[in-house]
Amino acid sequence: MGVKFEKKEEGKYMLDVCGFVCPHPQIYTKKSLEKVNSGDVIDVVFDNPSSGETIIQMCEAAGHEIMEQKQDAGKLVYVIKKA
Amino acid sequence: MDIEKRNKLWALIVTGALILISLIYIKANIYFLYLVVYIWFGVAYGMMLQYGRFCFASASRDLFAAGVPRMAVGILIALIFFSLIQAALASTDMSTFHPAPFGIHMLIAGCVFGVGMVLAGGCASGSLYKVGEGNMTSLLAVVVGLCLGQAVFVDLGGVFNKLLPQSWIDGAHQTQAAVLAGRGLEMPVNTWFDHYLVGYIWKQPTYTVAGLLADNPHHPTTANIFLGNAVINSIIPALLILGIIYWFYPRKVHKTRVIKEKGSFSIGDNFAGIWKMITASKRTSMMGILVGITAGLHILTIAGMQKRFAVKSSNFGELLLRMGYDKDVTPKGTVFDPGYWYITSQEGQVGAWILEKFGWDMHDNMFFGWVNGIPELWRNPALWMSLGIIFGAMIMALLQKEFKVKFPSTELMVWGISGGLLMGMGSRPSLGCNIGGFFIRAAGGDPNGWVYGTGMVLGAFVGVKFFNWWTERQMAKEMADFDIDL
Repeated sequence: MGVKFEKKEEGKYMLDVCGFVCPHPQIYTKKSLEKVNSGDVIDVVFDNPSSGETIIQMCEAAGHEIMEQKQDAGKLVYVIKKA
Repeated sequence: MDIEKRNKLWALIVTGALILISLIYIKANIYFLYLVVYIWFGVAYGMMLQYGRFCFASASRDLFAAGVPRMAVGILIALIFFSLIQAALASTDMSTFHPAPFGIHMLIAGCVFGVGMVLAGGCASGSLYKVGEGNMTSLLAVVVGLCLGQAVFVDLGGVFNKLLPQSWIDGAHQTQAAVLAGRGLEMPVNTWFDHYLVGYIWKQPTYTVAGLLADNPHHPTTANIFLGNAVINSIIPALLILGIIYWFYPRKVHKTRVIKEKGSFSIGDNFAGIWKMITASKRTSMMGILVGITAGLHILTIAGMQKRFAVKSSNFGELLLRMGYDKDVTPKGTVFDPGYWYITSQEGQVGAWILEKFGWDMHDNMFFGWVNGIPELWRNPALWMSLGIIFGAMIMALLQKEFKVKFPSTELMVWGISGGLLMGMGSRPSLGCNIGGFFIRAAGGDPNGWVYGTGMVLGAFVGVKFFNWWTERQMAKEMADFDIDL
């Protein structure tokens, strides 16, 4: 079980950091967003609730758009579009 | 049954079990009401910590790693409110707070703890509430690091004693002889920590700012307490730090947006920016206020219990002795009973309790044998507070559909155990962690709190630098197949 970064289609990626505790999900999210191009979308999948609040604020500060937030059985998915 | 209903049922079961346990204690002996108070304040802390994602590790870590000030702001708000309540309690002689020996050891211990909390993914209180969310990495940090690691850490002797300054050894033996003279008690001074505690820590001065301002340091006036402890030691530094955080983090983005909207940026816009920073995460800031108030009420309630049961020593050991539990207490009749929000010493007691079951004598050192005792787990007041935090967080996580048992990978096991061990080692020399070492002391007028807090931030900075390097490495591997500029 490690970090997974997959390309779903052109301009769309999936970052799976399930099983990771703070600070890994937020750091991996930040680094992934730094790597992709403006306008690309990343589905960030994580199960550490504490990271969610930080990811939201991080995106707010950087101007990235959180297009969707889903939660199911302790797993969270944030769909983020890079500014 | 769908997940939502199942979660609510489990939250109800946990709450019911805690109520049942409380009733059994009170029925067994009214003195156990003391433990029940610790249980429910623990539950309250746990629920608030989980709801507000309240973690001291996150305060500096998210600031350095992600540029997010949410948690640092929440803690500073909690500190301001708690300091005012602490001052009110101290003024009315209803405070259980006591300052700690001052010295460079606080900075060093804070650094070690700061690195540990970043590696473990949570501070001492944060790791407990994350256990309540089902996080097994945090459980490893608590059990291996805070419980067993801490117990072993204070019981190391032999070759480690040879590394100590002679002044600590001489000082320890002089104090031992002076304390024992004519008392017929047994006071063990064997391990490295014994010599450190008796030969160094006990000789360090203790301060509160109110005491420094007062004509008689032992009897500060109400004005001394509010001005010294609350305003000078807590509120002014907290406001200054809030200003500094705003200046170096959200100000740039805020300024750009304001100029884009109206073409100029005034001093008033800076205040608006600070307010925006404070209210950016309402759940964290609201919980900051509630945590501060609850921590104050906790002190008031424990002080009230001590008066109600006429506990002259301000220590639960006196009640244990009245109930006949002689083996739970130290030779001087005490047991670890902080009287306020505190983590880590009780986890060390659990570690010692476990190790004694395997034949390791843990009573032969000062920390357990003379200062804190090793009570049976079900009669340990502070331990019930820690369990309360875990179960309170569990109830809140279940109600918010956030509870999930998460087993760690090998990588996380390494971080959890090493971080937990560093937290255990970083909380003992300072006689407290992020709560007892920093939060309670800074709000109580003890400058030591800020020394420890500075150490924690420095340690966290080192931990974040390490994790940045590590995650960069991992991401490079994961992204190697994509057409992405690395």
